[in-house]
Amino acid sequence: MQLAICAGPATTGKTSVLRHMIKKLLAQGYRPAFLKIDVQYAEEDIQLFKEFGIPTRKVYSGELCPDHCNVMVLGDALEWARECGCDVLLVETAGLCLRCSPYVTGGLGMVVLEATSGMNLPLKVGPMLSLADVAVVTKIDRVSQAEREVFRARIQDVAPSVRIREVNALYGIGIDPLVRLLEEAPAAHAGMELRGNPPVGTCTICVGKKNIGWREHFGVVRSLETDIFYQGE
Amino acid sequence: MIETITIVSGHGKDGTPEAVDQLELRMGDVVSIVGPTGSGKTTLINDIELFADGTTPTGRRVLINGAAPPDEYRENPANHPIALITQHTTFLSDLPVGEFLATHARIRSKTERDVEALLEETLEFANQLTGEPIQTEMRMTELSGGQTRALLIADATIICDTPIVLLDEVENAGIHRTRALELLRRRRKIFIFVTHDPRIALLSDYRIVMRGGKIADVLYTDAAERAYAHEVSKLDDALCILRDKIRHGERLTGHLLEVFACN
Ligand SMILES: Nc1ncnc2c1ncn2[C@@H]1O[C@H](COP(=O)(O)OP(=O)(O)OP(=O)(O)O)[C@@H](O)[C@H]1O
Ligand SMILES: Nc1nc2c(ncn2[C@@H]2O[C@H](COP(=O)(O)OP(=O)(O)O)[C@@H](O)[C@H]2O)c(=O)[nH]1
Ligand SMILES: [Mg+2]
Ligand SMILES: [Mg+2]
Ligand SMILES: [Zn+2]
Repeated sequence: MQLAICAGPATTGKTSVLRHMIKKLLAQGYRPAFLKIDVQYAEEDIQLFKEFGIPTRKVYSGELCPDHCNVMVLGDALEWARECGCDVLLVETAGLCLRCSPYVTGGLGMVVLEATSGMNLPLKVGPMLSLADVAVVTKIDRVSQAEREVFRARIQDVAPSVRIREVNALYGIGIDPLVRLLEEAPAAHAGMELRGNPPVGTCTICVGKKNIGWREHFGVVRSLETDIFYQGE
Repeated sequence: MIETITIVSGHGKDGTPEAVDQLELRMGDVVSIVGPTGSGKTTLINDIELFADGTTPTGRRVLINGAAPPDEYRENPANHPIALITQHTTFLSDLPVGEFLATHARIRSKTERDVEALLEETLEFANQLTGEPIQTEMRMTELSGGQTRALLIADATIICDTPIVLLDEVENAGIHRTRALELLRRRRKIFIFVTHDPRIALLSDYRIVMRGGKIADVLYTDAAERAYAHEVSKLDDALCILRDKIRHGERLTGHLLEVFACN
């Protein structure tokens, strides 16, 4: 089973990119399945099912970090895709957690960034970018060539080993190379792990204690003046 | 070395084929793309810049020296032989002009010259085309429409300095268009102008006529038109004088014909 996990801030064009990849995959005889992981609302599963009639589904992460949720459900999801007779699983995540990243040691990790966002965005998205295999830059039709190239340089400065592919996700221009990367990526396999290290946990906020101020909490905490430290019960 | 670009034709919005099978542009050619608004002019130059390979909505393919362009063109901006000056009149990048140009020069420029000198020359070029000068500490997003276009043209010419330059409607920017043409034409390149302007159109070796998303015709500038070009330039210069007077808050006085006579 080939696997792509697609992350990126909201409305950057993740669904648009995946839509064109699905089109190309179907044309090449693949049988793709689609899973959307979001916090509380998503309709990509319904849209893409209507458009392509492929198996799609969604899961709401609710209280859980969407990237952690991905780790929890990915095993089941691969099983589900297999049962549906599919040979490719495309996962779109909510892309909300800037400390975690959803990519695993198999498959292709894709981050979708829009050329129209500020030039500092690549500095802000952390492991979502640095642990990806490929950064897909969308909305190139909305900016000048010079801005596109400078945006590319800003990505390269932060994440020199991540490949960059520019696309117009409205018309599906530049999608073929992404499909090739998906084909070349190592297949999903038993024993896959999350790439990189998850951020340090856990504090009492994680389990629902809502008081303001670090003195009210224990576990991993921090104040304005000091870095993260551990405070026992 | 780039000698030719070939546009292998595709189809229009209605799916019907273009009027020519293919079109070969040679080094040194100056070409215009003309046609009503919405007829696909920008789409055609975007196809060229992206080295369309049959997967864009037009189905066109673009060849360099008769063959599919190497991947390195797409991979590395420093090797990309095309500078495209888009129709955009606003920047979305929230960087100061100096930092933006320095970053672009770092990845784009092939010269050994230091970035400082390159920046200075770029700004000097741009400021010949604008009314109010652009300064390095200004934010890109703060520039006016005309300043934006002027900076894009300067960036393409000085920093990118590519063998192929595509310009989308330079005339619509309130910049000194005649000066821009003069500065550009000093360099030997393939120039492709998307334009509605008779002066620019007649300056070109030929013009590609767009209609309904496809190439509908290719018109070579003939002897009669070349003779005409001189008159058109005079007319245009006269209009430029009037435009400048208006711009500088002056009144238009005297007989219009005197304006035409004095240049
Ligand atoms: N061959 C084609 N097939 C399908 N769609 C096309 C084709 N050519 C152009 N279009 C579409 O037509 C629309 C208008 O095209 P474009 O922006 O290139 O026009 P233009 O000539 O540059 O207009 P303007 O003078 O207003 O700038 C775009 O949405 C473009 O995608
Ligand atoms: N102009 C332009 N718009 C795009 C492009 N990619 C996506 N969009 C638009 O951006 C909006 C959000 O896209 P979507 O794929 O839903 O983003 P997601 O939230 O990341 O899945 C939609 O209106 C898309 O049509 C692009 O390359 N160019
Ligand atoms: Mg989406
Ligand atoms: Mg246009
Ligand atoms: Zn998280």
